[in-house]
Amino acid sequence: MEVYRIKPPQVIILIFLCVLVGLAYMLHLDLVDLFNESLIKLMMNGVLVLALIPMINAGAGINFGLPVGIIGGLLGLCITVNFRLTGFAGFFTSLLLSVVFCCMLGWLYGMLLNKVKGREEIAGTFIGLSMIPLMNCFWTLVPFQNRQMLYPIGGQGLRPKISLEPYFNNILDNMALAKIGAVEIPLGFIAFFSLICLLLALFHRTKVGRATIATGENEEFSRLSGIDIAKIRLIAIILSTVLAGIGICVYSQSYGFIQLYDEPLAMYFPAISAILIGGSTGRRAFIFEAVLGTYLLQTIYLLSVPIANEILVPEITEILRSLITYSIILYALLHRSGRRLSH
Amino acid sequence: MNKREQADKLFHSERLVPIIFLLLSYLAWQFSGLSGAFVLNQVITRFIRDGILVLSLIIPIAAGMGLNFAVTVGAMCAQAALLFVINYQVNGIAGILLVALLCITFSTLAGLVIGHILNMVKGKEMIVTIIIGTLANSLYQLVFLVGFGTIIPIGNEEIILSRGIGVRNAVDLDMYRNTIDKLWLCKLGNIEIPLFMILVVLLFACLIYYLLNTRFGQKVKAVGNSNEKAEVSGINVNMVRIMAMVLSTVLAALGQLFFLQNIGMFDVYTAHMNADLISCAALLAGGASIKDAKIRHAIIGIFLFHTLFIVSPQAGQNLFHNAALGEYFRSFVAYGTIAFALIINIKNEHKQQVPSNSI
Repeated sequence: MEVYRIKPPQVIILIFLCVLVGLAYMLHLDLVDLFNESLIKLMMNGVLVLALIPMINAGAGINFGLPVGIIGGLLGLCITVNFRLTGFAGFFTSLLLSVVFCCMLGWLYGMLLNKVKGREEIAGTFIGLSMIPLMNCFWTLVPFQNRQMLYPIGGQGLRPKISLEPYFNNILDNMALAKIGAVEIPLGFIAFFSLICLLLALFHRTKVGRATIATGENEEFSRLSGIDIAKIRLIAIILSTVLAGIGICVYSQSYGFIQLYDEPLAMYFPAISAILIGGSTGRRAFIFEAVLGTYLLQTIYLLSVPIANEILVPEITEILRSLITYSIILYALLHRSGRRLSH
Repeated sequence: MNKREQADKLFHSERLVPIIFLLLSYLAWQFSGLSGAFVLNQVITRFIRDGILVLSLIIPIAAGMGLNFAVTVGAMCAQAALLFVINYQVNGIAGILLVALLCITFSTLAGLVIGHILNMVKGKEMIVTIIIGTLANSLYQLVFLVGFGTIIPIGNEEIILSRGIGVRNAVDLDMYRNTIDKLWLCKLGNIEIPLFMILVVLLFACLIYYLLNTRFGQKVKAVGNSNEKAEVSGINVNMVRIMAMVLSTVLAALGQLFFLQNIGMFDVYTAHMNADLISCAALLAGGASIKDAKIRHAIIGIFLFHTLFIVSPQAGQNLFHNAALGEYFRSFVAYGTIAFALIINIKNEHKQQVPSNSI
């Protein structure tokens, strides 16, 4: 692994973060509380960011079709809630169902992406975008029975926001919660998140995982050494989709609601931005980069909310947030092709 | 083999996509129960609203840059021009001229910037234009939601939020409303035909057709065929690509002006949001591809796509007692058309590349 070098976007992000922390201190916000929350935010969004890694490493680009996996996860969650499964049983059933759905969706998605090699990003974007209205039809028509999920009037169609309060709200957040003074450390959640990181790291050590990285680095060379490129890419895309499904389950239990309809659209740009902030170039990604990037970006998001409420124009932080998110993505896309030209 | 080729020709996406749209529109129209005259009137209105926006996509496609999703930037330039003029309360003819002037200035500048950026990412233009569009949207919000009343002095209290900073969500365009729409209005039974506006859209169509057949147009097409070959034959590829982007952005900005004056008021923060999606989908519905788009694709596409767009909510209401379903269906059609076109086109590109590699 090459030596980790700090890059211009990270400098900007760090300066912005310092300014925000300074502002929070000046406004007498509870910094310990914010720290506790920042830990939760990291792991809540972390899996969605990890989901980008396999595809980047396989040379299939940044997964702009993340909504495909998110939809698989939402399906799993909705079915679990429909059968009113609670507690750990409920949560793990939803994970299991998500994995099943995501495998199927990921397979289809991977087959499509294999046909558009080299242009996965634009194709993925629109595959993801067209899945959303299709699923909106599904959410409206699906004959689920649990009244808590349906629109209160008419009794047909799922609500845009389904509460997980009676089922498995915050189940990971509160697992083995250690308190040191005011600092709360969710040991269980950290363990769960580390387990996923570890499994992903182990995947990259296996034969298939090594072939994935080789394919991403030099496709011609891998083909000559007998690697089935299409199969390897398919595996990476399925893995990416599955992780996105798990990611949305983890996110939802922490957030307390299942968000349906157009909500998956709001999730993939921040995730992409996070891994790029972490230092990935979009051609090779490490778990460390995903974790660091998520922590930086989510802490900025977290700090900006209370600060926004204190200043005159509350929208400004929201706007700055999206400015940062999109300029990081644009920077990375420009930077990446600049490097390729210089080679 | 011969039969296979014939079948390929028959089911080529240039014909297949419009035929699918025709069938879908016809079915949805039957289920919607709307009168033909109503639908036709609506489609004509959409034609004059969206026509120029759709036409603005043609030049970048000819230059080989794919679908220009940054037409939203052009749309934002037009809105910015309108807001500035309304803010400084320039009325009458002077106001209209100033709007046009500012609109062209802003969009030329924006086009230059976008062109430069796209020259850095050859082969990945489309995804970058999407990001540019969303980034520009954030900047636009920053200027009009935060900049007005803090840095930019307010000239017109009516368009400002009550807190004194930021522009309201909806701004009335009373003085521009339907100024040119009602010129030369013909009536055929229940159908109203605003001849002047249709002629304006067709004029722009002819202009683009002419432009693509001039020397500049030849250069654009050469660049679209192959960057390397064009470079060898002495064309400044980067310059041509920037020019194509400037033209596209200026056309998009003018298109948005026509769109807004037809509606007569606009949602400051959302009016431009779907400009890219709807115009790209309309162009593709007419049988265009991301490599090849002609004027006829744009004109056929607008009619087909907007017919489906108008009738599908009512069809959803009648079929499933739920109008929302029709809306989901039509946004699925819009996104799906683009996804389908992208996959088919890129796949065909690979097919063409394979033999040359194997030699």
